[in-house]
Amino acid sequence: MKNGPVLEVNQLKTYFYLRDNKVAKAVDNISFSILPGETVAIVGESGSGKSITALSIMRLINKPGRIVDGEILLDKEEIHRFSPKQMMKIRGNDIAMIFQEPMTSLNPVFTIGNQIIEILRKHKKMSKGDASNRAIQLLKMVGIPRAEEVMKEYPHQLSGGMRQRIMIAMAISCDPKLLIADEPTTALDVTIQAQILDLMVEMKERFQMAVLLITHDIGIVSEYADHVLVMYGGQIVEQASAKELLQNTKHPYTKGLLESLPNIDDDVERLGTIKGTVPSASDFPTGCRFSSRCPNVMEKCTQSNPDLMEIEKDHFVRCYLYEGGIKNDNEYV
Amino acid sequence: MTMNTFEVPQDVLVDVRNVKKYFPIKGGILKRTIGHLKAVDDISFHILKGETLGIVGESGSGKSTLGRVILRLLDPTAGSIYFNGTDISYLNRKEIRPHRRDMQIVFQDSFASLNSKMSVAELVEEPLLVQTKLSKSERREAAVEIIEKVGLRADDRLKYPHEFSGGQRQRISIARALITRPKFVICDEPVSALDVSIQAQVLNLMKDLQDDLGLTYLFIAHDLSVVKHISNRVAVMYLGRIVEIADKKSLYDNAYHPYTQALLTSIPVIDNNSDATPRRTKIKLTGDLPSPADPPSGCTFRTRCPLAHDRCSIERPELKEKDNGHVVACHLYT
Repeated sequence: MKNGPVLEVNQLKTYFYLRDNKVAKAVDNISFSILPGETVAIVGESGSGKSITALSIMRLINKPGRIVDGEILLDKEEIHRFSPKQMMKIRGNDIAMIFQEPMTSLNPVFTIGNQIIEILRKHKKMSKGDASNRAIQLLKMVGIPRAEEVMKEYPHQLSGGMRQRIMIAMAISCDPKLLIADEPTTALDVTIQAQILDLMVEMKERFQMAVLLITHDIGIVSEYADHVLVMYGGQIVEQASAKELLQNTKHPYTKGLLESLPNIDDDVERLGTIKGTVPSASDFPTGCRFSSRCPNVMEKCTQSNPDLMEIEKDHFVRCYLYEGGIKNDNEYV
Repeated sequence: MTMNTFEVPQDVLVDVRNVKKYFPIKGGILKRTIGHLKAVDDISFHILKGETLGIVGESGSGKSTLGRVILRLLDPTAGSIYFNGTDISYLNRKEIRPHRRDMQIVFQDSFASLNSKMSVAELVEEPLLVQTKLSKSERREAAVEIIEKVGLRADDRLKYPHEFSGGQRQRISIARALITRPKFVICDEPVSALDVSIQAQVLNLMKDLQDDLGLTYLFIAHDLSVVKHISNRVAVMYLGRIVEIADKKSLYDNAYHPYTQALLTSIPVIDNNSDATPRRTKIKLTGDLPSPADPPSGCTFRTRCPLAHDRCSIERPELKEKDNGHVVACHLYT
């Protein structure tokens, strides 16, 4: 059991059924797995389906959305078959999630202590006294000074960084196997962002959790993720280890993303851009979903959507440029 | 207050001298002023014609308040602001109006700053209605010209803001700011709500427009890589004060202030070197930004500074020139 993946997602499809018989294929055939102690990052722009992937794993998709196909295995258990009642036991217990804006995830009318104690009593069936002691211990673990006092404070009395620390304390309170972090530091300043990301690494190593990190920041991916999925239009377009992906970037979309980032270390007069905007999920171009914005588009690309192909060991790309292997790669750089 | 007695160098467009903005903190039953929040505390700098000055700082550092004070959207508590040689710091509403067309602002959230009930044409033409006596057809002509200049289509003028994506809406905001042909534009986090690929498009557009129209920018942002990309000089703010200001290259290659150093090394960088070159060592800051209502004594950064010593809690460091044009406020260098 120890060596198998904590989470396995196989051919997950989450569609939204809109008016006029339109179907938004927000997540379309996604597969990946995460080992204990491993961080897998999903990168993509808004509308790429990265958050919907996370919510599908938590089984938090509401109408008009529906998981139409695929498997979600948590420690080999088929949680995609679980009833809503069974899922309630999984959420917060085996899978924990932290969001971008901690203020909206914390209840403003209860004290911090109350909110952590509630989780422990509900999920761990602890007594009030035990839960209170454990809560203080957790707050200290995530680096909150004067933990005893903070227990009695309300969310609005704390800064954004502190609130995110509290969210992490709540997330780890039930020793989850999987932690899903959806843009956990996007709302924070850079110096605080570094503190929070380091804390997440520390907690991951301490509890051997699997972490699914959703972000738009490729810098964070480079420093904190082991493995990366690049999503575009509800599909994975490139997938590799973080090092491989950044050193040996293949997909034109990933390349475009990297070129459009201003780099602090070198100076370019003009940034590279990807023309156009992300197409809406109910209105993808036929063929490759990136074809409408791709600088290397070929006739074939507008006719059919390429498969995700393994072009080198553990490096997958969804692009016709690499159909015949990677020998003529340089022509397209 | 005397008007326009300083001599301002020829090529300076905006000159900010000892500007302060304090907000009263009210408390008690009688709502009396019990203290002051020093959002901007004694700031001086100038912006040359045609250059971009970047201002970086974390939330709560006072960078947006500073921008609003310079445009006189907020009144300064003390100090003076010279725009193109004229002291505009204490002009009244009527007196300031003719200057408004020369200074404009682009905000972060184009959803909030564009009235959703107005069409693009109405939004873009509105400043002309206030500022000029152009006829309807002249306004329309000007609007079409600027709309095309920011990369939208002329027939987009009949659409409404919700029909556009975030990047396109930001283009509308830019068109609206530029239609009065300003000399000076304050950009307050103009790209931070956008996806990276769109962010690059808007940054390129802003650079092109600057070259084309000879604009001067004050670019406020929290993202140090974006600021580096667009600016000529950069000022770093912490708790209402400038702690370091320098030429872009000098600041990013050779930061003196411990806060600037921490900011620069905190950014996660993309490591795509195949050789295992050692990373720059990260300087980690502990703790949060102290409350601007109750800042620490002496140097306001000392509570988080890894190099703080006794003197820092007693005496406030003043800005001193370290190298040519590289100014820093830190006791380490005095």
